[in-house]
Amino acid sequence: MNIKKILPQLLTLLVVILIFGFFSYNAQVNMENRGITFGYGFLSQESSFDVQFSLIEFDGSHSYFRAYLVGLLNTILVSVIGIIFATVIGIVVGIARLSNNYLIKRTAAVYVEFFRNIPLLLQIFFWYFAALRALPLPQDAEPMFGVFFLTIKGFFVPAFVWNNLNIFIYSLIAAIISIIFIRIYAKRKQENEGIQTPVLSISIGLLLILPILSFLFGGVNASVEVPVIKQLSQSGFTYEGGIKLPPELISLALALSLYTATFIAECVRAGVQGVSKGQKEAAASIGLTPNQVLKLVVMPQALRIIIPPTTNQYLNLTKNSSLAAAIAYPDLVLVFAGTALMQTGRAIEIVSITMLTYLSLSISISLFMNWYNKKIAIKEK
Amino acid sequence: MFKYLKQLTSLVAMVAVLFTFTTETMAAKKSKTLKNTQKKGFVRCGVSQGLPGFSNADAAGNWTGVDVDVCRAVAAAVLGDANKVKFTPLSAKERFTALTSNEIDILSRNTTWTLSRDADIGLTFVGVNFYDGQGFMVRKNSGYSSVNDFKNGISACTNLGTTTELNMRDFFNSKGISYEPVTFEKADEVVAAYDAGRCDTYTTDKSGLAAQRIKLSSPDDHIVLPETISKEPLGPVVRQGDSVWEDIVRWSLNVMIEAEEYGVNSANADSMKTSDNPAVKRLVGAEGELGAALGLDNDWSLRIIKQVGNYGESYKRNIADTGILPDRGPNELWTKGGILYVPPAR
Repeated sequence: MNIKKILPQLLTLLVVILIFGFFSYNAQVNMENRGITFGYGFLSQESSFDVQFSLIEFDGSHSYFRAYLVGLLNTILVSVIGIIFATVIGIVVGIARLSNNYLIKRTAAVYVEFFRNIPLLLQIFFWYFAALRALPLPQDAEPMFGVFFLTIKGFFVPAFVWNNLNIFIYSLIAAIISIIFIRIYAKRKQENEGIQTPVLSISIGLLLILPILSFLFGGVNASVEVPVIKQLSQSGFTYEGGIKLPPELISLALALSLYTATFIAECVRAGVQGVSKGQKEAAASIGLTPNQVLKLVVMPQALRIIIPPTTNQYLNLTKNSSLAAAIAYPDLVLVFAGTALMQTGRAIEIVSITMLTYLSLSISISLFMNWYNKKIAIKEK
Repeated sequence: MFKYLKQLTSLVAMVAVLFTFTTETMAAKKSKTLKNTQKKGFVRCGVSQGLPGFSNADAAGNWTGVDVDVCRAVAAAVLGDANKVKFTPLSAKERFTALTSNEIDILSRNTTWTLSRDADIGLTFVGVNFYDGQGFMVRKNSGYSSVNDFKNGISACTNLGTTTELNMRDFFNSKGISYEPVTFEKADEVVAAYDAGRCDTYTTDKSGLAAQRIKLSSPDDHIVLPETISKEPLGPVVRQGDSVWEDIVRWSLNVMIEAEEYGVNSANADSMKTSDNPAVKRLVGAEGELGAALGLDNDWSLRIIKQVGNYGESYKRNIADTGILPDRGPNELWTKGGILYVPPAR
């Protein structure tokens, strides 16, 4: 009965299995012929190389699996930074393109056309080597606010040294949970009684008061560790202490966000323009203020247009971060599919893990954005 | 009579076919790579993306260097023409995969011979055409005169995925110095980053340091520290499992070195056929049947010497005369105080 529907699908499945089977068999035979062994056992071996920048503790005595984690975390770090900046710049530029001010409008348009039409790899090289050329040597760096040092060897910032950090974090979590409850309560109150509660000011107050209380009564305190210049040789200097953001991270994040922001700006422009004029006029005619028009009428509808293409841009940014290898930022491709691959020679294993990792990253971002998209979609009652 | 003639010719033809099969040599039949190379008409050779003295292309796309000469020697031996080589520039990352996946047949790309590479990933090293060691380049005005002057927090630029990266860790670890490794995929970016001041030192094989120094904006402001922190025997590599091809590449290299030892060079090779020394006569194919054992004709070695030259000529042309490393150091013949010593071609 349903055979007509099932048969093509079964055939497709068969073809897919055959193709995969052929390739894996082929790889197996060829690897055997060339005396290459296959296996993931190397992941637990000692990596014996170092990485310049890592969010978790790592050196050559750790395993290849830990090297994989280092690369993965660095990829996630640069992607998150890139996504945040790209979104902010994208929204600002996208709205600027709709401005009535000719100068602002044209500047935004020139920025978009310029940055989206130059290959990303070139932009990464440009920002990296431009940064290296423009930034001062450590000994020539002018301190910003006395404690920040932007130099060719990286951006050195003060680090906080915490006592009882966990209590501070608990206070933050408590503040966030109470804010969520207050929002739910405020919404219900408005729906039932039509009375608005000043949620924003209460939230800010909570976020400030609870952590301050943790400082006063919870025994929390933080001291600041300021980077100090250190002489390495007659002409070479560096900074010690504090946190170091390598120039590779800064220029990569800059290049990725400036490039992706152009596409997000276009998504934002399309979204806002996609809301028909009648909606705004109708909203104004029932007495909403311009701010309320934007917040309650235009943005909710514009977001439905903006979110799906912006999701694609987030995915692109994450995948494009793999260009990091060109400028020595130790991301997944450089650390794992680069150094680890070359030291072990396990091309098939490592490339397959790397591909699966990027696939999972992309799917996670997609799932999250789909959830958000569904949340803001029209709820038909 | 006529009938017999017909039978006779078919018999002759059969014998001839059989004979050509056997003289097409056991070697050629066993070696798929040799057969494919002869069929294609060129040797597929993997080289670096530009390392002066070893493998470097000029503006017209002509490749020169001691690594390039190994491939040219094989082409001269196998195809009779040292120019019948197709060069494929490879990054450190791509090089082994390109070889094992059959994109190239010889990898002659300043590659260090190590146990794990030789045994684990389907490769076979056939010899050493350059004895190297890892060193450090620093700025002259840093005042560093030895690696013992290095301090905690030093940043070091290098290529990723090379033995260099591992040696660097071993070295800094043994000295108890904390360091910042900045690793790039391409040598040009390493040089650019070091030149800009991103790193305090640039570390790689000393030959590489000497060659890359030319690319710096002011080469005279930089020095290579005297210490050598590792052994780096560089040599050509072939795929595992084709022992005939392996022998051809190995002995093409060995013949160049032995030719220098016996004073045979591109200019005098022909006249050496009448030499009194049997070793020399064997080298130029005037005595013995050495070519047949490799599945080649007997003039294979003569062609290498005439078209590419002996090792000394290759070194002088590519490394000494270009000012990279005028002093041959360990890459001098064993008879002259170096460590170049190859098994006899006999």
